[in-house]
Amino acid sequence: MLEILQYDFMRNAILAAILASIACGIIGVYVVVKKIVFISGGITHASFGGIGIGYFLGINPLFGLIPFSLFSAIVMGLVSKRTKVAEDTAIGILWSLGMAIGIILIYWTPGYAPDLMTYLFGNILTVPMSDIYLMLGLDAVIIFVVYAYYKHFMALCFDEEFTKVSGLSAEKLYLLLLCLIALTVVLLIKVVGIILIIALLTMPASLSRHYTNNLGKMMYLAIIFGSFFSLAGLYLSYIFDAPSGATIILAMSTVYILHFLYDGLKPKIAS
Amino acid sequence: MENVIDLKDVWVSYDSVRVLESVNLTVKDKDFLAIIGPNGGGKSTLLKVILGLIKPDKGSVSLLGGRPAKTRRYVGYVPQYHSSNLDFPVTVWDVVLMGRLSHKHPLQRYNEEDRNAALEALGTVGMLDFKDRQIGELSGGQKQRVFIARSLVTKPKLLILDEPSTGIDSRMQKEFYELLNRLKSEIAIVMVTHDISAVSVYVDKIGCLNRKFHYHDDKEISPHDLEVSYQCPVELIAHGVPHRVLKEH
Repeated sequence: MLEILQYDFMRNAILAAILASIACGIIGVYVVVKKIVFISGGITHASFGGIGIGYFLGINPLFGLIPFSLFSAIVMGLVSKRTKVAEDTAIGILWSLGMAIGIILIYWTPGYAPDLMTYLFGNILTVPMSDIYLMLGLDAVIIFVVYAYYKHFMALCFDEEFTKVSGLSAEKLYLLLLCLIALTVVLLIKVVGIILIIALLTMPASLSRHYTNNLGKMMYLAIIFGSFFSLAGLYLSYIFDAPSGATIILAMSTVYILHFLYDGLKPKIAS
Repeated sequence: MENVIDLKDVWVSYDSVRVLESVNLTVKDKDFLAIIGPNGGGKSTLLKVILGLIKPDKGSVSLLGGRPAKTRRYVGYVPQYHSSNLDFPVTVWDVVLMGRLSHKHPLQRYNEEDRNAALEALGTVGMLDFKDRQIGELSGGQKQRVFIARSLVTKPKLLILDEPSTGIDSRMQKEFYELLNRLKSEIAIVMVTHDISAVSVYVDKIGCLNRKFHYHDDKEISPHDLEVSYQCPVELIAHGVPHRVLKEH
């Protein structure tokens, strides 16, 4: 097992897995407790438009992705809260719109889009050192903002109406949270790809809810679960020569499902 | 001392549906007002107008002598009971401290003053022993008391409750109204409720709302007022008084 650690790309993959797990552990907890999985999925998929912009302009797609995913998070938040369109309808439309923009821009880009599949399905084995630094920076931003707004986000997720009445701008807080989700998407994209991000965002957090009643501890546990599963998935993908992103999700889902099957078979204790 | 709430000729419509029609309302310090009325009669809308969450099409709203958007942070607010978010991972203590959040900047932690206010509020509602419990483990009545404690930690001059008796069994309701009864010696209370019977014992004033607001300066609501509001005959049952009034449908 140790021989795989000699490779540089493996060392980067391990770092990327851990850095991604930090972001998805922290933000995933908010996604799960505030039940905003669908809008998170919308932000994730719409951000494909940013990849398209990156290719079209001939820059690193990640630099198209960051502004575009932040932009789509804000648009999605505003449209779903302020317009008369039902929230899930608005999200569904913007979800596809972002992807459509991406598809057209990539089609118009001359030549072949070399690592398009990486963005869709993830390939943790091709993460360069520059991306590791970017992930490190994004993690730092996410940790700082959550440290500063921990109490505010807790109130927002628990009782949005009360938060509004107590004079805080619930809308701005919500948009800030959506922006953090957008940054998390950027962090996760190389690990599992756009298509599979939602699983990584929800499973570790949802699993951690079963072991603690404390929001902060949930985050620590979710980070540990996320790191463990992504490293285990990475190892399995090496053994079975399978795509890394999908193997990570498969390993995680298997444990998740077994956990809940076992949990469901236990006699229920009323609390 | 100025009025706690002052609504003058307030009109609200959603799209083309009129929800509130020329509503006038004055609440003075230490008033205990109950607002009753049928579903869809505009009760929640009226509360939202008072709190500045909805801007009326016409009319003026003054809350604690200012614009509601500015002054609502000094109001204690107990929202309608939602059963959806009850497995949320917070303790009673976390929830009560949330009431102090409006006075905090990001990065600022809760201090001794916040903690003392939270302890005092939990003491007032008799929930000090449940401080470290998970919010979802409490019964409906206990939760409602925690939410009242959360609204009291800023020492508000006005307490607004939206359907506070939802989710509470009838034995707990009595205890709950007695808590409000104790509180009303210090602050004004405005409560929206379905629970006409309990209201008559504890409150000072009752208003009936069904688009229009029928309001008396005392709690003698007549069957006629209720009929006008509910647009059907209503049974009036008064508890805690020697005789009850029952009217045939």
